[in-house]
Amino acid sequence: MDASLPTTSGHSGAADNILSLRGLTTEFRGRHTRIRANDDLRLAIKRGSTLGIVGESGSGKSVMCRSILRLWPPSIDVHVSGIVEYEGRDLLRLGEEDMRRLRGTELRMVFQNPMTSLNPVWPIGDQVTEGLRLYGGLTKAAARKKAVEMLGRVGIPSPERRVDEYPYQWSGGMLQRAAIAMAMTGSPKLLFADEPTTALDVTIQDQILALLLELQERTGMTLVLVSHDLAVVAETCDRIAVMYAGRIVETAPTREIFSAPRHPYTVGLLRSIPHLSAGARLKPIPGQPPDLAELGPGCPFAPRCIYASPDCATTPVHLAAAGPDHLTACLYPERIGQAAA
Amino acid sequence: MTSLANTAPLSRRLLQQLIEEVRHWPISLKIGTSVLTLIVLAGVFAPWLTPYDPYYQDLLNALQAPSWAHPFGTDMFGRDIFARVLYGIRIDMQIGFFTTYVPLTYGVMLGALAGYHGGWFDAVLMRIIDVAVAFPFLVLIIVIIAILGPGVHNIYVAVFLVAWAMYARLARSEMLVERTKDYVLAARVLGFGSGRIVLAHALPNIISSSIVFSMSDFVLNILLVSGLSFLGLGVQPPAPEWGAMIAEGRDFILDAWWICTLPGLVVVLTGTALSLVGDGLARRLGHNRKSLM
Repeated sequence: MDASLPTTSGHSGAADNILSLRGLTTEFRGRHTRIRANDDLRLAIKRGSTLGIVGESGSGKSVMCRSILRLWPPSIDVHVSGIVEYEGRDLLRLGEEDMRRLRGTELRMVFQNPMTSLNPVWPIGDQVTEGLRLYGGLTKAAARKKAVEMLGRVGIPSPERRVDEYPYQWSGGMLQRAAIAMAMTGSPKLLFADEPTTALDVTIQDQILALLLELQERTGMTLVLVSHDLAVVAETCDRIAVMYAGRIVETAPTREIFSAPRHPYTVGLLRSIPHLSAGARLKPIPGQPPDLAELGPGCPFAPRCIYASPDCATTPVHLAAAGPDHLTACLYPERIGQAAA
Repeated sequence: MTSLANTAPLSRRLLQQLIEEVRHWPISLKIGTSVLTLIVLAGVFAPWLTPYDPYYQDLLNALQAPSWAHPFGTDMFGRDIFARVLYGIRIDMQIGFFTTYVPLTYGVMLGALAGYHGGWFDAVLMRIIDVAVAFPFLVLIIVIIAILGPGVHNIYVAVFLVAWAMYARLARSEMLVERTKDYVLAARVLGFGSGRIVLAHALPNIISSSIVFSMSDFVLNILLVSGLSFLGLGVQPPAPEWGAMIAEGRDFILDAWWICTLPGLVVVLTGTALSLVGDGLARRLGHNRKSLM
C-alpha cells in the first residue's frame, strides 16, 4: 500500500518538487542495538516553498537534514537508505565528489549554534567568502568587497569595519547572520535551517526568521526550517511536517495543521503552546517520548495517545490521505477531527 | 572593540595589536621571550660582540681564567670560550629549531588527517606511533646514529624519523574533538574538500597544544644535540657546539672549571628561557586563545 502513496503535495506534478524523500531511513548501528532515527520518511518539498519540520528533541529532525546532505562523519556506523531525489538525481547514490560540488553550489545548511558554527581563528569576512575565493576565483580585494556587501545584506551594521573581526567579538545574533551570509554565497537553491533561532534570545529570533524569509523572497530559494517550536514555523512556513520518534506523522499546509490537525501528536503539540489568556493552563502531552531502540510494530505515539485503541500498538501505520493536501499517520484520524473541532 | 584602530594605517594598527597582545602575556612568557630574543640576537651579531675568532688557537694564552679580555676564559688551545659560546648559539639554535619544527610540521598534519578520517589510515599510523614511542627516545636516536654514523646530518635523519610521533598523537586527539564541531560541518556544507577542512580550518584550532609542547621539545632537542656531541656522535670538533665544548673541557674540570661550566650555564639559560616561553604560551593559549591567531 505504501508504494502507491501520494507525495505530500499530492496533486501537483513531480517536476514542481525540488526535493522528494522516498523511504529515507537512517539507522545507527551499535554493537547490540539498531536505532532507526529516521524511519521510512516520505516527503516532497515544492520549489520555492518554505517547509517547517516540527518535532521534539530526538524526533529525528536534524538526523534527516544530515542524511539528506550526507554529512555523517566517516567514523560513525550509520546506514542511510531510501531515495532522496533532488532535481531528478538521487543524492544517496551520487559520487562523493559530485555531492561535494552540489553542497558547494546549491545545497546549504545553517546550524543551531552560531557560536560554534564559525571557525574561531578566522576573520569572519574571510569565512563568508571563502567559497567564492575558492570556486569563484575572486581576488582577495574583490572577496573583501563581496564580504562587506554580504554582511551588509544580512543586516550587520557598518560591515566595512566589522569584516575583519573574529567570531568572539560578535554576539550570537550577529554570528547567526554571518552564518546565513555564508550559506547564501553562490545563491543556493535549497537551504536547510536546523533550529536557526533556538540558541538566540526571543527578540533576535524574530529578526533572524524575518531575514531568512526576506532572503528567500529575493532569491526564490527553497527553505526547510527545522524547529521544535510550532510558533516559529507557524509564521514562516507554507507547509508543516510533524515528526515523532523518527517518523513523519503528519504533513499539511500550515493553516490546516493549526485549524484541523489530524494526528493526536500534533493536537498535543498545539495544546502545549502557552497562551496568554487568563486562566488558560498548559496541557502537556502525558508520558515520555519512546526509546527508539524499543519500538513496537504499531504507532509509536500509541502509549501516550488519548484516542488510542488496543490495535494502535500492534497495527503498523503509514502516511495516508486525510484531506486533499493532508497526510497523517494515524489509524483513526476521524476521532481527532471531531475532538479538535 | 578595535574599531578605533581600524582607521589608522596598517603598520600602526599591527604595532598597536602587537603591543596590546604583549600586554596580556603572563610574566613567564615576557621573561622567556626576552631572554630568548637576547640569545638569538647574540648569535646573529656574534662577530660584533667579540673580537675573537672561535677557531683561532692562541696556545700561549691557553687555560686562562675568566677576565676582562676573555670573559669566559680560554680553553686548552687558547680559544676564547665566550666567542665559541656565541658562535655556538648559531649551531645549537639552528639544529634545535629544525629538529623541533620539521617533525612538528608533518607530525601534526599526519595526526590531524588520521584524527579526521579515522579508519585504516588512523589505525596503521597509531600502531606505528606506539612502536616509536615504546622505545626511549634517546636510545632510539643513538641506535639510528650508530647505524648511520655520527654527524649533524644523521642527527637530523634520526630525529626526523622518530620525533613526529608525539606531535601526530597530540594533533590526532585534538582533532577527534575538533571534527565534531559545527564549523567543520559548516565547511562541509559549503562543499570544501576534506584536505582543506583539515589543514585550513581545523589545524589552526588544534595547533596550540603542539606549539606549547614544541617549546619543551626544543629544550630537549638542544640537550639532545649537546648530549650526542658530548658522546662524540653529534657535531664534531672543532665546531663550537655547546655539548662538544663541555666534553672537551671535561679533562680540565679540576684546573679550569670555566671550560665546562660556562657553556653549561648557557645551555641551562637557554633551556630555562624556552621552558618559560612554553609555560607562558600554555597559559596564554589555554586562558584565552581567541585573539592570538
